[in-house]
Amino acid sequence: MTFSIDVAFIIKAIIILLIFAITLLIATYSTYAERKVAAFIQDRIGPNRAGPFGLLQPIADAVKMFFKEDFIPSQANKWLFILGPCLSMLTALMTSAVIPFGDSIKYEAAPGKVWDVAVQAIDVNIGVLYVFGVVSLGVYGIMVGGWASNNKFSLLGAIRAASQNISYEISMGLAIVAILMMTGSLSIRHIVEQQHGGNWNIFYQPLGFIIFITCAFAECNRTPFDLPECETELIGGYHTEYSSMKLGFYLFAEYINMFVSSAMIASLYFGGYNYPGMDWVQAKLVSSMGEITGHNLATLVGTLVFFGKALFFVFFYMWVRWTLPRFR
Amino acid sequence: MQLTNRSKQVSNKEMTFAERIYLPAIVTGLGITIKHFFQKKVTISYPEVKKNLGPVFRGRHVLKRDNEGRERCTACGLCAVACPAEAISMVAAERQKGEEKLYREEKYAAVYEINMLRCIFCGLCEEACPKQAIYLRHDEFVPVFTERDQVIWGKDQLAEDMNNRYLRKAWTREEAREQDVKGIEAQPRTQL
Repeated sequence: MTFSIDVAFIIKAIIILLIFAITLLIATYSTYAERKVAAFIQDRIGPNRAGPFGLLQPIADAVKMFFKEDFIPSQANKWLFILGPCLSMLTALMTSAVIPFGDSIKYEAAPGKVWDVAVQAIDVNIGVLYVFGVVSLGVYGIMVGGWASNNKFSLLGAIRAASQNISYEISMGLAIVAILMMTGSLSIRHIVEQQHGGNWNIFYQPLGFIIFITCAFAECNRTPFDLPECETELIGGYHTEYSSMKLGFYLFAEYINMFVSSAMIASLYFGGYNYPGMDWVQAKLVSSMGEITGHNLATLVGTLVFFGKALFFVFFYMWVRWTLPRFR
Repeated sequence: MQLTNRSKQVSNKEMTFAERIYLPAIVTGLGITIKHFFQKKVTISYPEVKKNLGPVFRGRHVLKRDNEGRERCTACGLCAVACPAEAISMVAAERQKGEEKLYREEKYAAVYEINMLRCIFCGLCEEACPKQAIYLRHDEFVPVFTERDQVIWGKDQLAEDMNNRYLRKAWTREEAREQDVKGIEAQPRTQL
């Protein structure tokens, strides 16, 4: 018995590490994708010098960030100044814990005894609430950083970021209430499972989706809602005084947020890991590969579909950014 | 007075519902940007791909040789006089016996130097030359300097390589006019 629990634990640990690594990897390559998408939309080529197709560009950027002077202003509150980017990064990474990336992995613990491990860090019954709570905490990273800089432009940027995040959270929450009432559960896995068989929430809640995605843009501080960072009015927003990898962490946290919110949109409105004809695929795989392998392969396909959906929305974020000017 | 037919009368009518919710306009904009996403890119990746700059581009200098490989320059100094930036300097020398294969006439330039930082690539040296010895290439630039001693180019860099001769359609404006090489006629040098 202890043996099987250990295996479950190991599988879970691997899943969590994978989610963590993949989230970071996607955020890293979002910076590259952002530049490529921007270039393509403007009829340019974009970064293509570092490695084939410029694929090593994010690594080059990270190296550059590390070698920059790590400057802390003399009048700044040193500990809060360091805490700011840490908080931003922490809250950004915490959100992905409750998102179901796939169905489940089956394995045989003992003859005739099959265990099920969900492809998700943790399935809590208050998943949506958890996400909203952690996202609200993300404001602290910005606010603390802006305040600790001892710079009025940083503070102004931080206040703008905080007020924008808080105000858009309300409409975001209200947009999601409709889904919660339809599903009757706060667990994101339940919400995804209920969209099985093409019953995607987007067909039932199109208006809610538009409101949600608009608010998600505002939450991620992306154009057309980039009030906290607008270059025309504030120098750099809340991270004016930041340099080196601290600045890198702030920018990186934003890309993680972008990916996580894309994953949220995909799982709340676009059926998560569900796709049309998944039952048929699962039946085929199970009949040809056997109960356990077939199920695991079907889960893998679902996970890939989920990542496809999430990455499409990451692309959508960039697409919108290079289409719309910012609002004033 | 109306100059073009593109002017639009300002309309102050109330916005329709579709205009007020912005979404149709946003979708139109997204359509435009995604169209550009798949369009041909205008970028020319410079060091790998070089653009043809036309037949009259004035790039780096070349000291021409004649068909037998003899230097045409006689070190008369007219290019140095014509040069408004005073970039050209030379030392003349007399041709010795046995050097007939190297130099075309009895006098030649033992040293011929162009300071590429001073040169403004106006092409006056090319026009001043009575022996058709110096030309500005239309197909090559002066590359980037990384050291100060790369700035002054001597004969070793300027003289034409007989294995890789510099050729072009027309060498003078008269020739260009005869052959109707486009671009040269449209841009008379005297007016520049």
